[in-house]
Amino acid sequence: MSDPVSTGTTPNPSESDPPAGGSAATVAPSAEDTPEGLSGAALAEVAPEILAGSLGEYFGAWSRRIRNGESGMLPVIAGLVIIVIFFQLERSAFLTSQNLVNLFVQASIFIVFGAAEIFVLLLSEIDLSIGYGAAVGAFVIAELIAPPVSLPWWLGILCGLAVMSLLGFVQGTLITRLGLPSFVVTLGGYLGFQGLLLEVANADKTAVGGVINIDPNSPIYKLVNNNMSVTLGWIILVVVVVVYAGATLARSRQRRAKGLTTPPTGVTLLGVGLVAVGGIVLMLICSTNRGLALTKVEGVPYVIPLVLIVLLAYTWLLGRTRLGRYIYAIGANPEAARRAGIKVNRIKTIGFVLASFTAGIAGLIYASTQGSMSVDINGGQYVLYAVAAAVVGGTSLFGGRGKIMNALLGGIVIAAVFNGLGLMGVSAAVEYIATAIVLIAAVTLDSLVRRRATAH
Amino acid sequence: MSTTESRPAGTPQPSESGGILLKLRGLSKSFGPVQALSDVDLDVSPGKVMALIGDNGAGKSSLIKTISGLWAPDQGEINWEGRSVQLHGPRDAEALGITTIYQDLALCDNLDIVQNMFLGHEPLRLGMLDEPTMETAARQTLKELSVTTVRSIRQPVGSLSGGQRQSVAVAKAVMSQAKLVIMDEPTAALGVAQTRMVLDLVKTLAGRGVAVLVISHNLNDIFEVADHIAVLYLGRLVVSRPASEFDRQSAVEYMTTGAAGRSEA
Repeated sequence: MSDPVSTGTTPNPSESDPPAGGSAATVAPSAEDTPEGLSGAALAEVAPEILAGSLGEYFGAWSRRIRNGESGMLPVIAGLVIIVIFFQLERSAFLTSQNLVNLFVQASIFIVFGAAEIFVLLLSEIDLSIGYGAAVGAFVIAELIAPPVSLPWWLGILCGLAVMSLLGFVQGTLITRLGLPSFVVTLGGYLGFQGLLLEVANADKTAVGGVINIDPNSPIYKLVNNNMSVTLGWIILVVVVVVYAGATLARSRQRRAKGLTTPPTGVTLLGVGLVAVGGIVLMLICSTNRGLALTKVEGVPYVIPLVLIVLLAYTWLLGRTRLGRYIYAIGANPEAARRAGIKVNRIKTIGFVLASFTAGIAGLIYASTQGSMSVDINGGQYVLYAVAAAVVGGTSLFGGRGKIMNALLGGIVIAAVFNGLGLMGVSAAVEYIATAIVLIAAVTLDSLVRRRATAH
Repeated sequence: MSTTESRPAGTPQPSESGGILLKLRGLSKSFGPVQALSDVDLDVSPGKVMALIGDNGAGKSSLIKTISGLWAPDQGEINWEGRSVQLHGPRDAEALGITTIYQDLALCDNLDIVQNMFLGHEPLRLGMLDEPTMETAARQTLKELSVTTVRSIRQPVGSLSGGQRQSVAVAKAVMSQAKLVIMDEPTAALGVAQTRMVLDLVKTLAGRGVAVLVISHNLNDIFEVADHIAVLYLGRLVVSRPASEFDRQSAVEYMTTGAAGRSEA
């Protein structure tokens, strides 16, 4: 869903709206640019939520940006709409609530993997190991909660995530202390963790043939396969929207009172409105009975609010803490960060730890979806989907630009393609190729559009 | 002190500005056979703009790097506020109040003005970044420095002009309570109006009692803002005098030959 609004509080770094609309540096200076910087018109296009004085001005600046080529998320959203229409025409089952909930669950995995990758992409690095790393983490969790160890589910999860963090720490340390390229080190992780996965699988005698089942009574199984009651879902939605609206508007008012930069109220309300609409649509889809025959299946799978909480927590981390600020700074100019006294190596290592930790969460969701964990997982594919989700969502591969919410849009696009092709029953070959086309089309379109912007 | 031909002509009088902030005595630095700095004496006073000029390779950058703590001098003494100091790194210099603004400005293009100004020392409130405090302080500092052309303090720094970026870098230095601001070629690659902005800023800075040391190739700019001019030639400080005692020709002669062509006192 398009979110053309900053949250009414501090704009995140590189948040030229709509997200991924390119940093201001790609706006071509026009003939009227003054020596004081870009001309007023050019400037307004750069940051409409910062400079617009009213909702009207905001839309004016936004549409001007689009006409000038800085369309940001629009091509991706338009693409998503086209993809949805295409698949709906091909298979009318696409837009059924059953399939859509399926799609959301598939998307959760891509979204969380995407979020993991975004941490390192922001640092101008890459992590190729998160696919198999996640598999190791998930296997550890599955083995710990199963007999004979039989740890409580939450302890199993903590241990699994601790293992993931350790893997990330090792990689991060090699990359920062020895100055090794992250591509190479994490490629080593990609290969090494496959071996580690097999070792971990062999360690547990209940994992027969490299597959370990998850007890359907375990909350881990229920994460994906069980749903919140519909009533509870609606209550939570209303509470969330009301709290969000109240907090955002209150903060806006406070900022305006102190004379700080505030987006126009209309824009803030628009943001709240979009969140509300999105939530309502989600609830409507999930509340429709999607069970077969006599079994009633309705409600939001627990994994969806989990993913949203993770995304929000990370957005908070990147936007409101020193750690997040320093991640953006290092991605843009590590030398400037170093001179500012930032411990670049430490922050980078933390970035890799966060990536692996988050990948562990993705692995957990994956295991829950399967109801088991197997060594069969294609870890390499997930890494690439993670990068694809991040990039399609608007994160730059060159560092310093992007937001965690990019993973949400990117993950949904990738999942839509995946899901639609699955419905059509195409061969694996077609599936791979189609996904590749979508990825390349998304970034090509974005790049072409931006090149046109800088050309004139 | 006995004058030999290597002594700079006209060592500055300490009394005019009421206390010298930075005194360099006999600073020397060499790298193998290359003598980057030879026996440099320099006085920098608060509230005054000292221009450091010299041809390429004269040692301007070397001197700056020594003052900012990047290099330790082989010989000589650095005296700050009356005490002799040893600088083991840029952190030491910054702790004293010496801020160096290098040509690359060390700004992050993806962060906005406020975020750049507070980079590395953001105030926290309840564990989170204290945005209102930062924004208010940044706004205040920019106002004090008469930087008025910026549309919004939340603009990404990448969207600012060169002159505005310099202003942000200077504001950053001011906010960290710098007592000596060293600027390395601040107006290089700037257009006319932006150069104007930076030069005004330099004067404002000096007006606030900050000592400013400016390296520049641009004699026009130098003669406009400098209270004092020091010329380096092949690693030696050949002359350090009030700017009023120079004219363009003598400055160029000192830069290119190490001595005045016409006879001078």
